Amino acid sequence: MSTDDVLSFEEAMEKYDPVLGFEVHVELNTKTKMFSSAPNVFGDEPNTNVNEVDLGMPGVLPVVNKTAIESSIKIGLALNCKIAESCRFARKQYFYPDTPKNFQTSQYDEPIAYDGYLDVELEDGTVFRVEIERAHMEEDAGKLTHMGGATGRIQGADFSLVDYNRAGVPLVEIVTKPIEGAGSRAPELAKAYVAAVREIVKNLGVSDAKMERGNVRCDANVSLRPHGRERFGIRSETKNVNSLRAVEHAVRYEIQRHAAVLDSGEPVIQETRHWHEDTRTTTSGRAKSDADDYRYFPEPDLVPVVASREWVEELRATLPEPPAERRKRLKADWGYSDLEFRDVVNAGVLDEIEETIAAGATASVARKWWMGEIVGRAKVADVDPGQLGVDAATVVELSRMVEAGKINNKMASQVLDGVLAGEGTPEEIVQKRGLAVVSDDGPLLEAIDAALAAQPDVADKIRGGKVQAIGAIVGGVMKATRGQADAGRVRELILEKLGVTA
Amino acid sequence: MTEKNTSADTLIRLSAAQLAEKLRAGDVTAVEATQAHLDRISAVDGKVNAFLHVNAEEALAVAAEVDAIRAAGGAEAEALHYLAGVPIAVKDLIVTIGQPTTAGSKILEGWHSPYDATVVERLRAAKMPILGKTNLDEFAMGSSTEHSAYGPTRNPWDLDRIPGGSGGGSAAAVAAFEAPLALGTDTGGSIRQPGAVTGTVGVKPTYGSVSRYGAIAMASSLDQIGPVTRTVLDSALLHQVIGGHDPRDSTSLPEPLADLVAAAKTGNVEGLRIGIIKELHGEGYQAGVENRFNDALELLKEAGAEIVEVSCPNFQYALGAYYLIMPSEASSNLAKFDGVRYGLRVLPEEGPMTIERVMGATRAAGFGDEVKRRIILGTYALSAGYYDAYYGSAQKVRTLVQRDFEAAFAQADVLISPTAPTTAFPLGEKLDDPLAMYLNDVATIPANLAGVPGLSLPGGLADEDGLPVGIQLLAPAREDARLYRVGAVLESLLEAKWGGPLLAQAPDLADAATLETQEAK
Repeated sequence: MSTDDVLSFEEAMEKYDPVLGFEVHVELNTKTKMFSSAPNVFGDEPNTNVNEVDLGMPGVLPVVNKTAIESSIKIGLALNCKIAESCRFARKQYFYPDTPKNFQTSQYDEPIAYDGYLDVELEDGTVFRVEIERAHMEEDAGKLTHMGGATGRIQGADFSLVDYNRAGVPLVEIVTKPIEGAGSRAPELAKAYVAAVREIVKNLGVSDAKMERGNVRCDANVSLRPHGRERFGIRSETKNVNSLRAVEHAVRYEIQRHAAVLDSGEPVIQETRHWHEDTRTTTSGRAKSDADDYRYFPEPDLVPVVASREWVEELRATLPEPPAERRKRLKADWGYSDLEFRDVVNAGVLDEIEETIAAGATASVARKWWMGEIVGRAKVADVDPGQLGVDAATVVELSRMVEAGKINNKMASQVLDGVLAGEGTPEEIVQKRGLAVVSDDGPLLEAIDAALAAQPDVADKIRGGKVQAIGAIVGGVMKATRGQADAGRVRELILEKLGVTA
Repeated sequence: MTEKNTSADTLIRLSAAQLAEKLRAGDVTAVEATQAHLDRISAVDGKVNAFLHVNAEEALAVAAEVDAIRAAGGAEAEALHYLAGVPIAVKDLIVTIGQPTTAGSKILEGWHSPYDATVVERLRAAKMPILGKTNLDEFAMGSSTEHSAYGPTRNPWDLDRIPGGSGGGSAAAVAAFEAPLALGTDTGGSIRQPGAVTGTVGVKPTYGSVSRYGAIAMASSLDQIGPVTRTVLDSALLHQVIGGHDPRDSTSLPEPLADLVAAAKTGNVEGLRIGIIKELHGEGYQAGVENRFNDALELLKEAGAEIVEVSCPNFQYALGAYYLIMPSEASSNLAKFDGVRYGLRVLPEEGPMTIERVMGATRAAGFGDEVKRRIILGTYALSAGYYDAYYGSAQKVRTLVQRDFEAAFAQADVLISPTAPTTAFPLGEKLDDPLAMYLNDVATIPANLAGVPGLSLPGGLADEDGLPVGIQLLAPAREDARLYRVGAVLESLLEAKWGGPLLAQAPDLADAATLETQEAK
């Protein structure tokens, strides 16, 4: 595999202006497939979720899944698109064994949703508007596994296995208009755009939106043009970039590669590219021209999809609050600083904090618990914070115990560990582990006497006015009481005992 | 001939309605009726070659079940369908569990469908024994049944002549008394034209009246399953069994069927306006065809119908448009036959074993010339740069044809024409001249382009060759009932004139030489 020359990103940006474009495929989580009654389920035994329609048996006919249409309209609305009053499916024809009919039933010149936009927020809060050309419905293909080759690709393989479980799974393909003006933030925008689409379809509940399962797949188009030139350069299309990080890296790499090609005076070849996560590079796929002839024609086995305005408005009324607006509202309600809020968003605990506040915690307490205690533990456990096993009610219970002085913060952290270890409710764990702030001065005074006796020189120093030396005595008391003493009270009692005023 | 055979000979000549009455009256059992037809198939199909597969065991089992239910009496016997126990043949383009479906092609040789077509489910629900699967031009592409990969079907009126196509097997089976009823499919005339040249009745229902689920698609926007019978009433009865909404076919009409059987029993055409389509007779039509057509008009006039002339000027472009739309859709519908999942798989004899080459070798070996011709034509018509000129223009013509029909139906309740320009031509005559073959469908194609229903019934024998002539009736979409009303009246007037059914005049196949001896000639 030859390695392509690349320019440094900075140099590429000095010389060229990138233009981006994305095709994002979203697998819908409908119960059944786009055109058949077979189950739409991921991960089952190969070729079990298929019927005669999915296998393209002679004589079969497709029937459109109404829920898939609803989901598509919802996506269109969430992307601020117009919804076609009537639109048709078409056949996209090519011979390939992952496509049982040797054509894909898709939408061609009549997408269900068109002319929309999505405002994408970059990390520093800059909002970038991405224009949406269209969102159209289609069916997924089966999955080919190439056996016997070294690369897992068809070249060099001895044979291929095909699993038609995915054949006919409903897809919505979201196509942007060319995205200009992103400049050196193009890679960051690429990631943010795909993240925003993913968040929207997840929020709508129309897709499981798991990129690692291919629920959301991105093809990234990149072209460069010299600064100041209107006409677009020749683009490459990097296929199936299937993580947010990879989208950012792939766009960055392609910008650097294009720049090197252009610098050498060669034309960029219009082609598809394969993304390699291990080397973070792309390699040449197949040459692709705009004249690829798929012999599209209207699907005669289906009648046009008619979306009455009443139906569209009904669906619009069911849409959840858009994620970006929700974030704006929550930030204002909670009174977090920009930095605090961004950290919360990046940590992925927005929902959890909202629930915790709803359960009775204050905004700052909820943030302190989630960001200070739970996110770190989740990172160690390598799971999402929400999946760690702490719910809002537990957090509220813990925070109330601290506020009531029943336990201190250090104990609360231990109680949280107990909850995660499955030892019971916080109350039960406090009982079981014998964790309670010792507020009876009797045992404390004994411990103080012992500590002072153990370190007479320190006691002398404090008596002599060196109050800052008190830490060693307090530490001794805390050690003796296994951390259950209230450190503030210990300090007061020591000073009292030694007759020193702080 | 024994006494039993004589009664069997009577049984097979009954119409489906007559047989149904005898079954209900207990004069005959379903097993006897089914066996009589199976015996007839054994006796004559070696000459006719109407059947690709005969399914005696299953047919007799269904018949026995009907007999048992009837014998037991009670609610279940009461609930039996009117046609329960009346056997039927099914065109081999329609998929059936339990027996092979070939579409007349080598590419599906030996393939068994894992599911039943909707129409087959409905036949089974009515407990009609399915005798077997009938021959056809490969994937229904042809007008003579000579394009079958399993040899041609012969016309029972003259075994040296074609039975029409693509549904020559179904028409010949019914004409040869091998089955009282059959199912056909009609994309450009494949039910009506075989009906015309075999002296039988064939109906292409309104597009969407009968579910296409399980009919192997040739051209999805034109295909329609319909009845092949010996009487108009039988067609109405069968249409009523197979028709009506099917959620598995998105193009299926949502509304319930009209009472077609009642329409066939109306018995008068008084005051109905019947429109002669100026463009569908005269020049290019055989004299004997024209004469029988005029006879039919006279009879209808005498019966009180008003005969008017209508013009459909765009029909002259219909054939051209049809031969772009049909192959375009067919090229796409037949893409699935690639040797990957089912049917024939042929490996390339040499060179690398890539998927493209396996698909290519399979399709090269599996498809016949006419199928390849249409796939190539359709692929070309849909190609970038040609789409607008070919497929696009053809769709515009289609709209014009629909408008012609609308204008014509503003002036007439039913339209009338000869079904085919000629009587049955000799086998082989047009096999090397595809354009001449295509011209056979000139009168039937407009109905498919517009989605309107059409019925062909026997109009008598042509003077010059003594072969059957078909009369075609056309009605507005969803008005299939009108066809049965007018058709039944015309049929009874004609039969009164002939002194019985036209098929009574057909030669006795028992006298004919077998295919083997004919071929030896």
